[in-house]
Amino acid sequence: MNKFDPQRTSALVEASLKRRYRAEARFKLYGVTSIGIALLALVVLFTDIISTGIGAFRQTYIQLDVHYDAEVLGISDARNEKQLMIANVDGVVKAAMRARFPEVSSRGDRRALYSLVSVGATFDLQDELKQQPDLLGQHKTYWLLADDDIDSYFKSVQAGESYAGRVSEKQIEWVDALRDSGDIKTRFNRRFFTSGDSAEPEMAGILGALVGSLLTLAVTLILSFPIGVAAAVYLEEYAPRNRLTDFIEVNINNLAAVPSVIFGLLGLAIFLNMFGMPRSIPLVGGLVLTLMTLPTIIISSRAAIKAVPPSIREAALGMGASKMQMIIHHVLPLAMPGMLTGAIIGMAQALGETAPLLMIGMVAFIVDVPGGVTDPSTVLPVQIFLWADSPERAFTERTSAAIMVLLGFLISMNALAVWLRRRLERRW
Amino acid sequence: MSTTMNDTFLDDNANIPEQAVGAPFSDDAKIAIRDVSVAYADKKAVHEVDLDIGRNEVIAMIGPSGCGKSTFLRCLNRMNDTIDVCRVTGSIKMDDIEINDGKLDVVPLRARVGMVFQKPNPFPKSIYDNVAYGPRIHGLANRRSELDDIVETSLRRAGLWNEVKDRLDQPGTSLSGGQQQRLCIARTIAVSPEVILMDEPCSALDPIATAKIEELISELSNNITIVIVTHSMQQAARVSSRTAYFHMGRLIEVNPTQQVFTNPDHQLTEAYITGRFG
Repeated sequence: MNKFDPQRTSALVEASLKRRYRAEARFKLYGVTSIGIALLALVVLFTDIISTGIGAFRQTYIQLDVHYDAEVLGISDARNEKQLMIANVDGVVKAAMRARFPEVSSRGDRRALYSLVSVGATFDLQDELKQQPDLLGQHKTYWLLADDDIDSYFKSVQAGESYAGRVSEKQIEWVDALRDSGDIKTRFNRRFFTSGDSAEPEMAGILGALVGSLLTLAVTLILSFPIGVAAAVYLEEYAPRNRLTDFIEVNINNLAAVPSVIFGLLGLAIFLNMFGMPRSIPLVGGLVLTLMTLPTIIISSRAAIKAVPPSIREAALGMGASKMQMIIHHVLPLAMPGMLTGAIIGMAQALGETAPLLMIGMVAFIVDVPGGVTDPSTVLPVQIFLWADSPERAFTERTSAAIMVLLGFLISMNALAVWLRRRLERRW
Repeated sequence: MSTTMNDTFLDDNANIPEQAVGAPFSDDAKIAIRDVSVAYADKKAVHEVDLDIGRNEVIAMIGPSGCGKSTFLRCLNRMNDTIDVCRVTGSIKMDDIEINDGKLDVVPLRARVGMVFQKPNPFPKSIYDNVAYGPRIHGLANRRSELDDIVETSLRRAGLWNEVKDRLDQPGTSLSGGQQQRLCIARTIAVSPEVILMDEPCSALDPIATAKIEELISELSNNITIVIVTHSMQQAARVSSRTAYFHMGRLIEVNPTQQVFTNPDHQLTEAYITGRFG
């Protein structure tokens, strides 16, 4: 048969069609499988985190009748701050517990009984008395914060699971009694979102770390975006092509691949040791993360600037625009969406970064919510690390809850970026 | 440049004259070009061109692809500065002021010598902002009303006003190709340039849009000098009064358009216009 016979060609094509389509179907299947695996991993991750962490959003409270007995408190005037400071509020709580379970008499049992209620309850009552000094000598019923072990036990009872934690049989008896009389229940855990870290899981909150992360990222963004964009503009638009710029370019690319802990060491050596800045503060954290984020922002900004069509540059220059006018009026606005994407990727990296911040002391145990970039603070990933490292059972669910907060933060940050990009693009 | 006929011409250097034949010089020159060469790194793209561009004339540059006519055109408003490896030597004087001088500021030069590119390249901004861009950066209008006036007049001269007057705030990129190119012309004339360089302005347009632009060129030539590079010999014949023929980076012939297309002086020109290569 002739090689150039059309009939032969169509016969051969016909014969190979099936094989080609099979190959194509296989090719598609690989893609679908990969996406399936990725989705499955995501689903497993989220179910695990959410099912573990959801408990942290509820907290166990015990209802008690509190008598602000002046004698027990050892004060005569609740308006007097000095007296209030030394008031034995703890004694009032203990008295309330004794009144609820009068049959408990031995010292050991009583100690076990007292430990049903968290020390946080004492602080709450002290604040209450400060707000309403007239309560001195009065009775009032409160839902008091339960201890973390009781909290864990009660939640597992509610969920119908077995519990093998740190609760004694006596304590179980008391909790059951409280349950029968409806004096123990779980409520929304407001404290988790309004307070800083604590050694007591039931009092520990995420706000300190959240604010710390916000402040650190704010410092990072304010520094790294302008510096990164300026560097990218210079390298792309002004820098002469020579060995020095090649050298700089190679080094920027290398910096992007340097492990983040190295930047932490750099920050420790320069900002803390050389400049004597305080440790554990968001300002230094932000500086370190700026160093880490800069290469990412520079590289993506350069790519965005490169992607601006040359026809627009020529149009601007042809109109007699100066180079700076061309850059500011045309190149930067067109490159902005791409540069923002780079900045967000860098910020997301910075948000999840733990190692460099450990180096500059942001791993410290800090109870207060930071009020500024020079207050000691910690950040979300470090808080997760700290809680994950804590032995108390109740910290397990808090760790997962903190991860949820971190993911929520990340998602809202990305959403903001997408929205910003849409807005900027729509202007054209 | 693919025919064998072409190759015989290329090999035969004797065919390339030392100086362009015909009438390259003018008594009333707006731009006087002497001994201008352009090189990209080591590769010379334009060889020793001598040419006068007359005041308010339309001069067409024709020639096969890669003959250096666009490169030459870009010398006239120093657009070649944007290419790092590009070197321009020789003298280009506009109204007796040397243009090809590193010390000369290109910003005012480009305000006087506007350019329209091959592909319509409106800014991704509104139609109004496109036209107002030049006046704004050069500070030509002090009040909004003045600027409005410049925009309207420029769009009217570009024959675009009636089509866009109700949607000045829409992006310039939403217009059709022909409208975009007229918008680019409106943008260029908004700063009242003395010279407009056009680099194949109609190559991406359909015949109707092309006809409109050609009409526009004729109107503008009343008080603006226009240098147009074109691949269409018919277009050169329709719009220009003189035609310059480039070949292999050399200016071969400059003559009144009529003569170039009916009775060229040089055999290369004749070969090109009769379609033997190009």
